[in-house]
Amino acid sequence: MPKAKPAKGTPRPASGPVTLLVGTRKGVFLMKSDRARKSWALAGPHFLGNIVNHLVLDPRDGRTLLCAVRAGHLGPTVFRSTDFGRTWKEAERPPAFPKAAPGEKGLAVEHVFWLTPGHSSEPGAWYAGVSPPGLFRSDDGGVTWEGVAGFNANPMRIVWIGGEQEQGPPGGATLHSINVDPRDPRHLYIGISAGGAFESSDRGETWRPLNQGVAADFLPVKDPEYGHDVHCMRLHPLAPDRLYQQNHCGIYRLDRPAERWDRIGNAMPKAIGDIGFPLVLHPRDPDMLWVFPMDGGTVWPRVSPGGKPAAYVSRDGGRTWRRQDEGLPAKQGWFTVKRQAMCADARDPVGVYFGTTSGEVWMSASEGDRWTPIARHLPEIYSVEAAGG
Amino acid sequence: MNVLIPSQLRDYTGGRAHVEARGATLAALLADLERRFPGIRFRMIDEQDAIRRHIKIFVNQQQARDLGAALATNDEVVIVGALSGG
Repeated sequence: MPKAKPAKGTPRPASGPVTLLVGTRKGVFLMKSDRARKSWALAGPHFLGNIVNHLVLDPRDGRTLLCAVRAGHLGPTVFRSTDFGRTWKEAERPPAFPKAAPGEKGLAVEHVFWLTPGHSSEPGAWYAGVSPPGLFRSDDGGVTWEGVAGFNANPMRIVWIGGEQEQGPPGGATLHSINVDPRDPRHLYIGISAGGAFESSDRGETWRPLNQGVAADFLPVKDPEYGHDVHCMRLHPLAPDRLYQQNHCGIYRLDRPAERWDRIGNAMPKAIGDIGFPLVLHPRDPDMLWVFPMDGGTVWPRVSPGGKPAAYVSRDGGRTWRRQDEGLPAKQGWFTVKRQAMCADARDPVGVYFGTTSGEVWMSASEGDRWTPIARHLPEIYSVEAAGG
Repeated sequence: MNVLIPSQLRDYTGGRAHVEARGATLAALLADLERRFPGIRFRMIDEQDAIRRHIKIFVNQQQARDLGAALATNDEVVIVGALSGG
C-alpha cells in the first residue's frame, strides 16, 4: 500500500481545552474540558426538545456554529450562532426545495442532516445535506440557503437514490459526508444512504458515481454503478487524494486518481465484521483511522457485536486493525454509535470521542487505548464534534 | 381574527398564545403571520404549501386541509401541534 503523501506541512498539534458539540434527539449540549482533558463541564441543553442532527463549528473563524434542527411537530431549519453558542438566530431562508409546478409533486425537506463548512478560500460558504437526499449551499454563513441544482434537479438523482422514500433519518434516505477538497473548492464528494458516493469537479454542477469495488449485497445487480449505502465517508485534509468510507457493506479506502475502492475491512476480525456507522481520521496522520463496529447480521441489530463495544484502530491505512476496548463495558453494552457521533480532536496524543444512542459520551486521551465516560443520562446522541484544543 | 398559537411556535410570537392576524384565506393569514413573526410559516407549512404532518389547523373548529380555505373577519383559527410517542 502506498503511504499517503501529505499535500502540505503537517500542522502543529493543538494544546488548549477542547469543547465537544453534542447534538441529541432532544437538544444541544456543550462539554468543555480543562487543558488536561481530565475534567469536563456540561452545559445546556439548548433547543430543548428539538432534534439536532448536526452541530458544527466554522473552522475559518472559530466562533460561528451552525445547528441542524427540527422538532417533532415542526419543520426543519438551521440555527446559527456567531458567538460560540451564547446567542442563536434562525436562518432567514432555511434549505427548501423549489415549489413544484401546478399538478406536479415537489420535494419537501424532512431533515437537515449534515453540515460541512465550505472551502477556506470561501468565507461564509457552507454545504448542507438533507433528506430526502438533497444538497444545499449557503454563501452568507448559513443565513440563506440555495439548492445545488446540479444535484437536486439532476434527472439522474431519482435513479441514483432508487426512488423517493417517505421517511427521513433514522430510517430513511439522506445525503451526508460532504467533503470539499482543500486544494480546490470546485472539487466535492458526497455520500448518500442509499445512493452511493458521488464526485463533482465543478462545484456541484455535474456529478458522477464513484462506487467501483464497493459491495452492495442488498441489490440484485452485481457491481452496480450506484445505489450503494454510504454510512460515512471522509477525505483526509492533509492527503486529499485519500478517501475512507464506512459503508453498509464494509470499510473501504480509495487513493485517487484510482477509481476502485479497496475493502480494507477484509482485515477486520471475521467475528466482528466491518459494518458500522462512523469513521474517524487522525488529523495529522492520513494512515490512521478509527471505526466503531456494529452488528449487521440477521435483522441488523446495529448494536455492538455481542454486547461488547469496542473501537478498532488502524495505523497503516487499513492493512491491519487493533481492538480498543479498555474501559468500555466488557459485556451487556448494547448501544449504537451513529455516523456523526464519533470524532477526534487536534491534540497530541489525539483525543477520540464518541456519543451513544443511550446518551453517554466516552473519550480517550490516548488515541483509543483507554476509554472513560465523561457524560451519562443525556438523550440519544446523534452527533459529536470536537472544537478547539 | 384571533389565532391560537401552540406552545411549539411561541418562540416566534414572543411567548404569546393569542395573536391577531388578517387574511381572506388561510394562505393570506399565514403570510400575515410570517410578515410579523419571520420564520413561523416554514415550521408549519412545507415548501410545497402542504400543512406539515404533525400540525393541524382548525377554522371555527373545522380542520382545514389546505391553504385555500376561505376565512372571514370573525373566524377563530386554532393551530395545534399533534404528535404521539416520545
